[in-house]
Amino acid sequence: MSSIADRTHDWSGEAAAARRRRRYAADRRLRIYGMSAIGIAILLLGILVTTLVFTGYRGFIQTTISLPVTFDAELVDARSPTEGNYREILSRSIEQLFPGLEGPALRRAGQILTNNAQFLLRSAVYDDPTLVGRTVDVAIPASDPYDQLNKGIIDRDLPENRRRLNDEQISLFEQLEEDGRVETRFNWGLFFNADSRFPELAGLAGAIVGSFFALLVCFLISVPMGVGAAVYLEEFAPKNRWTELVEVNINNLAAVPSIVFGLLGLAVFLGWFGMPRSAPLVGGLVLSLMTLPTIIIVTRASLKAVPPSIREAALGVGASRHEVIMHHVLPLALPGILTGTIIGLAQALGETAPLLLIGMNAFITSPPGGLLSSSTALPTQIFIWADSPERGFVALTSAGILVLLGFLIVMNGIAIFLRQRLEKSW
Amino acid sequence: MKTREMATGQDEGNGTPASSGRSFAENQRLDREPNPLKATARDVCVFYGEKQALFDVNLDVEDRSVTALIGPSGCGKSTFLRCLNRMNDTIAGTRVTGRIELDGRDIYEPGLDVVELRARVGMVFQKPNPFPKSIFDNVAYGARIHGLAGDKSDLEEIVSTSLQKASLWNEVKDRLHEPGTGLSGGQQQRLCIARAIAVSPELILMDEPASALDPIATAKIEELIDELKENYCIVIVTHSMQQAARVSQRTAFFHLGNLVEVGPTEQIFTNPQDQRTLDYITGRFG
Repeated sequence: MSSIADRTHDWSGEAAAARRRRRYAADRRLRIYGMSAIGIAILLLGILVTTLVFTGYRGFIQTTISLPVTFDAELVDARSPTEGNYREILSRSIEQLFPGLEGPALRRAGQILTNNAQFLLRSAVYDDPTLVGRTVDVAIPASDPYDQLNKGIIDRDLPENRRRLNDEQISLFEQLEEDGRVETRFNWGLFFNADSRFPELAGLAGAIVGSFFALLVCFLISVPMGVGAAVYLEEFAPKNRWTELVEVNINNLAAVPSIVFGLLGLAVFLGWFGMPRSAPLVGGLVLSLMTLPTIIIVTRASLKAVPPSIREAALGVGASRHEVIMHHVLPLALPGILTGTIIGLAQALGETAPLLLIGMNAFITSPPGGLLSSSTALPTQIFIWADSPERGFVALTSAGILVLLGFLIVMNGIAIFLRQRLEKSW
Repeated sequence: MKTREMATGQDEGNGTPASSGRSFAENQRLDREPNPLKATARDVCVFYGEKQALFDVNLDVEDRSVTALIGPSGCGKSTFLRCLNRMNDTIAGTRVTGRIELDGRDIYEPGLDVVELRARVGMVFQKPNPFPKSIFDNVAYGARIHGLAGDKSDLEEIVSTSLQKASLWNEVKDRLHEPGTGLSGGQQQRLCIARAIAVSPELILMDEPASALDPIATAKIEELIDELKENYCIVIVTHSMQQAARVSQRTAFFHLGNLVEVGPTEQIFTNPQDQRTLDYITGRFG
């Protein structure tokens, strides 16, 4: 009688070999699944970034017309540059630029320049009063249709009735091109201008400053509170029904849709506390509601990951609980906490819905001066631009997304850098 | 930290005899004068939640000597050891009854300062667990938190003396500021011993201090224990009966949460009174 356990196996036989081949094939399949998943992810990311870059690069460049301007001392006084008659200065310059045109034709020609040209002249004089009495070339952004024409979005070969610019307008612009007055340069305005109705002037400055303020508030509130709560729950709290309830609720909070936090912010911060609408302070408060659960969960995980042997070692030489936590557990958990915090903040940076509800999608043409002044944030600015009808905002929307992605990459890079740095120093 | 393995499997690497200066016979003379008692345990029971891990343990620990706790895995010897510095307090749901006295004072009495207790009762763990800090900071840590050193030179003296007592000084004196985790396993364990003795404890608890080490490192640790007993009271948990025989003066045999037999080491190993002890030391179980 031979039991199956005592039987000698034929390891080199055909059946055994076939079985092994099947097992190897399963290994290979698993590897291929993994590789194809990563491949698809990279492909999709590539498509996303390529489309964004393809439409967005136009947001980073700008068509300018270099306009010879005479700052006539009769029209502007160097001592009070804000009161000059820049409208007249501008119309004289345009007359000079297009000799032979007058009346409505001249007015149409003037529309090549951005609508705000006279204010640009004013700020030029404000910055440099010595311009008064001189004639200089000032680079004025071209208005949106001409900007599109220069960037090749308006096709000059289409029949006139299917173009936004008629033959006359195009020939005027081509005349400028021949004179060498049309330049394509980097659009610094994207970073240094606030929002505007005119795509050629609209920029992200207000949104960047607003996002910065909101994230600052979010950081200052959610990190101390989140780490404190996590340390208490992990190290001090007795394990009973109450702490379990708190735990379940924190985990659930992390999964609450962000727009709900927006509604909460609207009702509580704006409704009850009467805080100002569209303020980065309120934005930061709402974002910290969202970031808090993330930070608590990540911090608790990092605290849990600290080996118990280190706690025992510290307790064993007579360290108090506070010393165990402050000298050993928190420093060891710090890289994880920092990474979690930065990823939480990066999430907050990209969060749109709650900010829409507290009015951070307002049209605001100057960067916020403080935590209480009205402002937009990067994602809401993108939202506003995506909603705007002018053709130029299409490129700006993509450019804005690229800027936002850039910030996210930088933040994640900082997280990785800090983690490696801190882990090495031990 | 909720559950902790009370004792782990095999006594790897403890098989070879230590190169201790003394012979077995010298170490274990039955006729030696008993030392005064350092700690006494009376009717100690320990419960982990519903489960009782120790049953009415009565044990005396002599000063300036080594008491070995032996027994099969899960017999409660580590649990008893961890009662002596109240390390069991950190495990939720642990309850200790009975009376454990250190120098005549009940260490479980309400109002006792655990920080002070643990400063007086040092501990060395099974797995070397140096802090991820420099060698110097590892040894200096206890002195720093308890404010033992007045100034920097005091601290340096404490560190160098402790490292010398732990026979580690010569190996690390030129790299005190390198991380303690960069040392070999045996060196790390001696570093942990140096860390424990840097606060001048009266009683040192060792929980299988050599079970994770190779035979040569084990021999060094045993030699060190032998030297330390001149100045300290030591209680050591070990899986290796040879180790107990080599380093201890008294041995206590635990089985299934009971203290079966305690006595001079020589007597336990040559003339045990209980059948279970005999079975264990002759390798019939455990």
